[in-house]
Amino acid sequence: MCVQNASIPKAAAPGDMIACPECDALLRAVPLGPTERARCPRCGSLLVSPRVRSFLQVVALAFTALILMMAAVFFPFLGIAAHGLSHESSVIEVALAFSDGWLAPLSVAVLAVIVGLPMLRFCAIIYVLWPLANGRPAWPKARAAFRLAEGLTPWSMAEIFIVGTAVALVKIGGLATISIGPAFWAFCGLVIVTTLKNAFMSRWSIWAALERS
Amino acid sequence: MTAPGIIGAHEAGLTGCTLCGHVAPAGTRHCARCGARLHPVDLRSLQRVWAWWLAGLICYVPANLYPMLRTSTLVGTQTNTIAGGALELAEHGSWVVAAIVFIASIMIPIGKFAAIAYLSLAVARERGPGGHRQLRLYEVVDFIGRWSMIDVFVVAILSSLVQLGFVASIHPGPAAVAFAMSVAFTMLSAQSFDSRLIWRVPAVPSSAASGRAVPGEAQPADAGPKPSIS
Ligand SMILES: [Zn+2]
Ligand SMILES: [Zn+2]
Repeated sequence: MCVQNASIPKAAAPGDMIACPECDALLRAVPLGPTERARCPRCGSLLVSPRVRSFLQVVALAFTALILMMAAVFFPFLGIAAHGLSHESSVIEVALAFSDGWLAPLSVAVLAVIVGLPMLRFCAIIYVLWPLANGRPAWPKARAAFRLAEGLTPWSMAEIFIVGTAVALVKIGGLATISIGPAFWAFCGLVIVTTLKNAFMSRWSIWAALERS
Repeated sequence: MTAPGIIGAHEAGLTGCTLCGHVAPAGTRHCARCGARLHPVDLRSLQRVWAWWLAGLICYVPANLYPMLRTSTLVGTQTNTIAGGALELAEHGSWVVAAIVFIASIMIPIGKFAAIAYLSLAVARERGPGGHRQLRLYEVVDFIGRWSMIDVFVVAILSSLVQLGFVASIHPGPAAVAFAMSVAFTMLSAQSFDSRLIWRVPAVPSSAASGRAVPGEAQPADAGPKPSIS
């Protein structure tokens, strides 16, 4: 690694430089091969992840996640039976658990973080990458859509919801018979697909492609 | 701890985009590449961190005092606080799940309040650029905070599923709302924290600063540190 003295004159073209988003280190932008990754020499954060999968593959995964989410919403999620009584819940009913009285806003929030915001994020990613994957110029407001997708990342909590489901099942496992519906498996698939998609998505190459188009 | 020869964009009169890494002259409002708002590396951003931090702490108090769950069975009605739920699991011998609940609902929130306060106080003391340890702490806080929502989801699943009339029914308690708000506010607090402050060079008198960035001084085009490529 070559680190040179970097007293950068103000006249230098800012386009040739990048600043590490984590630590503000001023670095020279160097062209990278498709399988190369770049790390910040000061704080070690990943600046450019390798672009091993095409935009089209990311679009396909986002679309799969969208369909799995539909299945997770409409199929039965969990069922319970004890002493001759039984009850079934869908994912929507889980979110609506807080719907009576002044807890109601929490229902909206739970529905948003497990269904609404992940779906919005998948749609935004498809909207941004579909034209780019086909070699066409980006659609209007694509930069705003990708900023939205990035901002929604911490608020999409599908994987946390699945761990919460596992904890809840252990809590009631000894007291009643539990049946696991197709929506549960759709949700597990969704978490795997989302993880793959996030791993394949090279933010750097998406910003670069948006800048070019 | 700081690699030699590397300066921050703010020391060169530039502002870096915290979303895409593009640099622009200081004072530019929006990133030319991604369109995000540009924020200067400034201690004033800590005010928002502290505001969300305090809101999260205020919500954390009722979240622990009020019941999270109200369980009605044939033998009577029972309420559980956050700590009570974890204890009950441990008494039943579900050690792994008890540990998950204990870590997600008690250790992570308390550790997060302490970590954000420590980071904010440390960067505000203006000693000089910090190092890897503080950034790692920030990354952990930023990554792990959302996992506290596990307990809210457990309450939602239990209260929607366990509706067996007089045999057993579970209802959410007011602590669920307070806890969810506390988690959301501490997430916003961590997101408001500008990790670039850890490496910020404190403002120095202009005579001392002139050695760093000299306007108009010609440099070869390939000057400047490169990212480490692998
Ligand atoms: Zn860095
Ligand atoms: Zn930007």
